[in-house]
Parts: sequence; C-alpha cells; structure tokens
Amino acid sequence: MSQTARSAGNSNQQRTFMTRLKKNYIGWIFILLSVLGIGLFYFYPMVQAFLLSLRSGMGANLEFVGFDNYVRLFSDPTFITSLTNTFIYLLVQVPVMILLALFFSVLLNDPKLKFRGFFRTAIFLPAVTSLVAYAVIFKYLFGNDGLVNEFLLGMNLISTPLNWLSDPVLAKITIIIAITWRWTGYNMIFYLSALQNVDKSMYEAARIDGASSIQQFFFITIPLLKPIILFTSIVSTIGTLQLFDEVMNITNGGPGNATMSISMYIYNLSFEYTPDFGYAATVSYVIVVLVVILSFLQFRVAGDRD
Amino acid sequence: MKKIKRFLIYLFLSIAAIVSIFPFLWMLISMTNKSVDVTGGRLIPGSHFLENLRNLFATVEIGTALMNSFIIAIITTILTLLIGSLAGYGFEIYRTKGKDMIFNILLLSMMIPFAAIMIPLYRFFGQVSSVAPAIGIDTLAAAILPTIITAFFIFFFRQNTKMFAKDLVEAGRIDGLSELGIFFRIYLPTMKTTYAAAAIIAFMNSWNNYLWPLVVLQSPENQTIPLLISNLGAGYTPDYGVIMTAIVIATLPTALVFFLMQRHFVAGMMGSVKG
Repeated sequence: MSQTARSAGNSNQQRTFMTRLKKNYIGWIFILLSVLGIGLFYFYPMVQAFLLSLRSGMGANLEFVGFDNYVRLFSDPTFITSLTNTFIYLLVQVPVMILLALFFSVLLNDPKLKFRGFFRTAIFLPAVTSLVAYAVIFKYLFGNDGLVNEFLLGMNLISTPLNWLSDPVLAKITIIIAITWRWTGYNMIFYLSALQNVDKSMYEAARIDGASSIQQFFFITIPLLKPIILFTSIVSTIGTLQLFDEVMNITNGGPGNATMSISMYIYNLSFEYTPDFGYAATVSYVIVVLVVILSFLQFRVAGDRD
Repeated sequence: MKKIKRFLIYLFLSIAAIVSIFPFLWMLISMTNKSVDVTGGRLIPGSHFLENLRNLFATVEIGTALMNSFIIAIITTILTLLIGSLAGYGFEIYRTKGKDMIFNILLLSMMIPFAAIMIPLYRFFGQVSSVAPAIGIDTLAAAILPTIITAFFIFFFRQNTKMFAKDLVEAGRIDGLSELGIFFRIYLPTMKTTYAAAAIIAFMNSWNNYLWPLVVLQSPENQTIPLLISNLGAGYTPDYGVIMTAIVIATLPTALVFFLMQRHFVAGMMGSVKG
C-alpha cells in the first residue's frame, strides 16, 4: 500500500473515531437530565435518609445516635403492629388478587364466550379511579349503616350490622377487599395479553389426555404465564409495601393501629405526631430492605427453573 | 354438565362485573341525591344534582383544586414525556457499555419506595424555600419536580425505541439534520402511539398522586383534587351528596382519557413489560 493511501486510511479511521466520540458525547446530552434528576430525587435522598436514620430528636434538633433508632424498632409496638399488618395485607391480598386475575383472564380468553368485551371493560374499570376517590367510596360502602351491611342484612346473611371499620379483623378485611377491587382488573389485562401468545395446541393435547379445566389451569396456564406472574407479583408486592392512600382514607389506621401500614406510620411519625424525622427515616429503611429481599426471593422462587 | 358449567361461568363473571361497576353506579346515583338519601341507601337517581354542585362550589375551593390538579398533571405529563423519551432514545441509539451500566443503576431507583425518600425530599424543598421560595415547600413546582423524572418512563421509551427503525437516524444524518434535529423531526413524529400511551399513564399517575402533594402542599389555595376529596371525606358532618359530586368530578378526567384511548392504554401497560 502506498504512503498516501495509508495516511488517507488513517485519517479516515481518525474521522470515524472522531464522529463516534462525538456521537457518544451527544448521547450523554440526551440522558444527562434524567441521570441528574434521578440522582437528585432518588439516590441522594436515599443517602440522606440513611444519614438521617442515624440521628434522633424533635423537629430540627437532631443529634447523632448511631444505630439506636434501629434498636428502638424492636421495642416499638406501633412499628411491630404496622409491620405485621403490612405482611398480612401482602400474604393475603397479593395471592388472592393474582389468582382471581388469572382466573378472570382464562375465562375471558375463551373466544366462544359472549359479552367478552363488556366483562373485560367492567372488570378493568376500577383501575381508572383515583386511589383517594375509591377509598372514600369504600369507607361509606362499608360504614355501619352502609350499603354492604344493608345488602347482607337484606339477604339475611347477618342479623346485626357488622362493624367493618371499627373491628380490628374486619377493618383489615375491608382494606384487603378494597385493594383487590381496585387492582384485579389491572393485573388481568397483563395476563389476557400474555394468553393471546399461548399456543392453543397445548390445551388440545391436554384435553385429549383427559386433563380437566382445573388441571389445565394449574399445569399449563400458570407455568406458561410464569414470567408475567412474576412481574405482576413483584409490582404488587412493592405496591402493597408502600400502601398508604387506602389506609389513610378508609380507616385512618384505626381502630387503634389495627390497619396501620408502614408507610402510614412513617407519615405519622413525620407529620402527625411530634416530628421525629430520624426515627421515621429508620422505619422507611425497613421498607427498602423488605422490597430488596422480597423481590430477590420472588426472583429465586419463580425465576430459577427457567 | 356442560350447561351447568357455562351457567356458572356466566354467573361468576356477572357477579364480578356487578361488583366492579356498582361503586361507579352508586357514586353517579348519589351525586343526584340528598345526603340523607345517600346514607338511607337510596338507589334511584334524584333531582339534587344541581344543588349538590352549587353546595360543592360554595363550601370548598374545588375550582382552584381542579385548576391546580390540571396544571400539575399537564406540566408533569409534558416534562415526563420529553425528558423520559430523550433518555430512552439516548440510551438505545447511542448505546455504549458505560451508558448501559448507568441505565441499570437508574432502573434500581424503581425499587426505592416513596416513603423512604419523602422525608429527605421534604427537608430538601424546605432548604430550597429559603433560597428560591418560588419552587420551595407549598408551591406547585415542588409538587411537580420530584415526579417528572422516573426510571419507569426511561425504561418504557427505551423498550419502544427498540422497535424504531434505526435506518431513519442514518437517513436523517445524510440529510444534514443535527442529532437533536433527528430526535425532534423524525423520532418524535413516528413514535406518536408510544407517546400517547406514555401520556395516559403519566397523566393518570399525576392526577391521582396523593402522598407527595399531601406532604408538600399545605395552604388551601394549593390543594389538589385528591387532597380536597380526602379532606371532604374526613369531615365530621359530611354531606354525602356533595362528596359524591366531587368524586365524580375527580374521576371524570381519568375515566374520559381511558375510554377515549383504551387501545393505547393497554398497549402502554404492555409496553412496560415487553422483553
């Protein structure tokens, strides 16, 4: 190769290198705002919250106490109650809702079913409501002289009105019913879309082998939808760990602290009781740890075998 | 046997549909009834709608709250879409190892619960107040700022950019467009459906947001619709007809958005999980 050709090749290489460098640099401009924003509004506050969790005191007078706040968690009855409540919501509500949503989606996936569009839209409808608005409606529906009691009395299922909102167990059930009402249709849509990609011949084969619909549901549908079930259960778990709007507006945490969620306790510690931002930050780190552990566990349980 | 099974399926789905729709029907009916009739369990429409509406506007600043909610939701939606799509496009089109790593770190922020960063954010905006009161505590700007940049929308736009024909970028370069020009003149117009889906989700999230506005907006003239409804619902002598009217007004924009753009909405939800 002649000298000139080689230098031309070199400068060509140099030029493509320069344009690549330039493009790379322009690429950073596109993402700059997002990187700064998420750093400023997510990661920086996370660090701040941790530093805050090592301090204690009222209002602005905070002093360093090391891990005292973390020790305090174990002897704080309200914290333990709100943690237990959150776990009850999680363990009861998420599986019930996901099973219901799966069940609806399988029924609605049948092309021979009449009024499919109507059923689908109706069941999805709750997902368009604002959390506060539906919470207030549920508070009235489940009130002592609310329509739920009137209906149950009218059907002769109960003889005296149930104290949905003032009985510790029933109040938790009310919260669980409310969340399930709001989110089942939302999850159903994910499963319905996923079912559209499922190979119908698998069901044919199963039917020929004599598998009942229920067997088909548990041994074909659920395994096939595993990735999307994993996704929705992680999203629901994170959502339930952060439960706030419903508890605040349906029961206000009561009776006593029987329905208090962790998020609501954090809110109360910061803005309702005498503010103790340090301890509130400590409690909030419990949610962070739980989100990380539970997401990890769900990945292990559901993701491993694939 | 088969007939019984079909009957049970229809029965089950009908009950589910009734349970899902009933609260909506009830609020629409109650909006037209007197407070005593609402608590009395009246399930037929009455003639008190205009009176409820008048009382609602007379007792609370619902006009202001509607205005605030619209301002917040519209600005949030526009900025979320702009910043999120710029980043999603940037991560996908100018892909490098370094950027992929940053992308994964940004995704981690989706696992951060809001309650965990709420207090530092509140204190942060408290400090901002003393320097720039216009964007400090108790301003609409403070309600908007932490909500516009989310990993979810960056992820969403990156996923959808994977389906964008990259040849168009080269074609734009040959035509002499700048890199930003390509984004605004070629990418943005071709990705209308993606933007529509993102807009619905962003608008609904913002319109319904409760906890952060509750923390950061304190004066009544900065109230948003969810705050107003929450306050109405917590009152000691609630006027149920009035509250139901307020709830219907609050639900109307998101329900409308949903019904007008149902297809995009579902596409948008799915876009967030596609591989």
